[in-house]
Amino acid sequence: MDNVQIMTGNTAAAIAAKLCNIQVVAAYPITPQTSLTETLSQFIESGELKAEYVRVESEHSALTVCISASTVGARVFTSTSSHGLLYMHEQLHWAAGSRLPIVMCCVNRGVGAPWSIFNDQQDSVAQRDTGWIQIYCRDNQEILDSVIQAYRIAEEVYAPVMVCYDGFVLSHTMMPVSIPDQKAVNSFLPPYKPHTVLSVENPYNINPVIFPWLRENAEGIICDGYMEMRYKLQKALDCAREVIVATGKKYAKLTGRNYDEMLWRYKTDDAQIILTGMGSIAMEATAAVDQLRKDGVKAGVAGIRVFRPFPVNDVRKAFSKAQTIIVLEKDISYGYEGALCSDIKAALYGTGINVPVHNFIAGLGGRDVKVREIFEAVQQSLQEIAAGKESNKTIWLNCRK
Amino acid sequence: MKNRDKNISAMSTPAIAEGGKTGDWRDMRPVIDQKKCIPSIKGKAACYLCWLYCPEGVVKAAIPVKIDLDYCKGCGICAEECPAQAITMIKEVDDNG
Repeated sequence: MDNVQIMTGNTAAAIAAKLCNIQVVAAYPITPQTSLTETLSQFIESGELKAEYVRVESEHSALTVCISASTVGARVFTSTSSHGLLYMHEQLHWAAGSRLPIVMCCVNRGVGAPWSIFNDQQDSVAQRDTGWIQIYCRDNQEILDSVIQAYRIAEEVYAPVMVCYDGFVLSHTMMPVSIPDQKAVNSFLPPYKPHTVLSVENPYNINPVIFPWLRENAEGIICDGYMEMRYKLQKALDCAREVIVATGKKYAKLTGRNYDEMLWRYKTDDAQIILTGMGSIAMEATAAVDQLRKDGVKAGVAGIRVFRPFPVNDVRKAFSKAQTIIVLEKDISYGYEGALCSDIKAALYGTGINVPVHNFIAGLGGRDVKVREIFEAVQQSLQEIAAGKESNKTIWLNCRK
Repeated sequence: MKNRDKNISAMSTPAIAEGGKTGDWRDMRPVIDQKKCIPSIKGKAACYLCWLYCPEGVVKAAIPVKIDLDYCKGCGICAEECPAQAITMIKEVDDNG
């Protein structure tokens, strides 16, 4: 029987973490993430979840505690937002470089200055190159499902996973969420087997200074140099594509909810105009697509679920018949364009798909993105493109210039 | 080709030679005058301040005292601390001619 409850995105993430039998939680409060870890601390206090909650003085320490706990073999969880994530920046690299399967929720929020507590995705997109797998959720069900899948993915490829979802839009919005039962999750998620365990019985030093060249150790074994270590991390994330898809398929068997691609599609089969984006903005685009279709525009949405590793082949497949691509995103790579837009163009380079791409920068700092605005902006883009004007363009949606 | 490390994260064990021979970049080497060295003179375990102060742990507290030049970095702390002034630092280039 389905156990469906109405809950916020943060509650969904907390319940998912509990179902994964996490052993250590270390987090520092920050809006809009706070109610997630508050819920987890309640679970621990009530005895519902047997885990250690480590109180820390900063996000940098929160992730450091997770790194340490993971190194001695614990399944760990943390979550943060915005400035908290940026404060973790150094340790994000450290967690990935140590190949630790840490799972973190990033409840997306804009970054200061100026201060904003509201949603955009600049925080996690800015951490794109830290070696973490990044998953973006479109609704609260996907938050719960993604956290559970994230542990399995992380523990198979030995790379940390960031589950990102939009602050307030999802984190504080109530939606029905189906909760799988504990037995089902246990069968889906085997116990964490660390690749190395720091212990007093077998002492060694983890992450010593690594020289540019290979090193022969005391036992005559050739140890990798810095570049080899980096290559192994890159390879792990490359291999993660298969693992993510396989994990999604296994999870679909368990729950009936489909996660067999690194992106999701909405009315793309006959679509000539394909809208894309990550998280809730792509969900909003589905409503705009319905409006566009009423107007006779054959539009569809290909929502990017996994941003790193980038789903190159899925993107090529999803956009193979597109005549126009609209990339909606809540981030900007200052001095260029949206980060997702660049990646999508790069994925299509050399494939023969050479179609106009319009990049909508929208909803920064929590500005509401309305269906009508997307609808109208797409119509305008199509007119411009049809008139032979600017085939590549960045448009700041609903922004006074 | 020798065995390659299969660990996916970087690590090292607490063992001699783990980091390769680290004495090869030394430009001064310590030379012990056993006629002045206290354990050698007394014929029993004594003094060993060089052993105590050596930051690399390459001094062997034996009779006579020995220094492992494979790993000695030539810092000269042993020579500085020796109360009998039995250790002299000699330039490696001089030694090699």
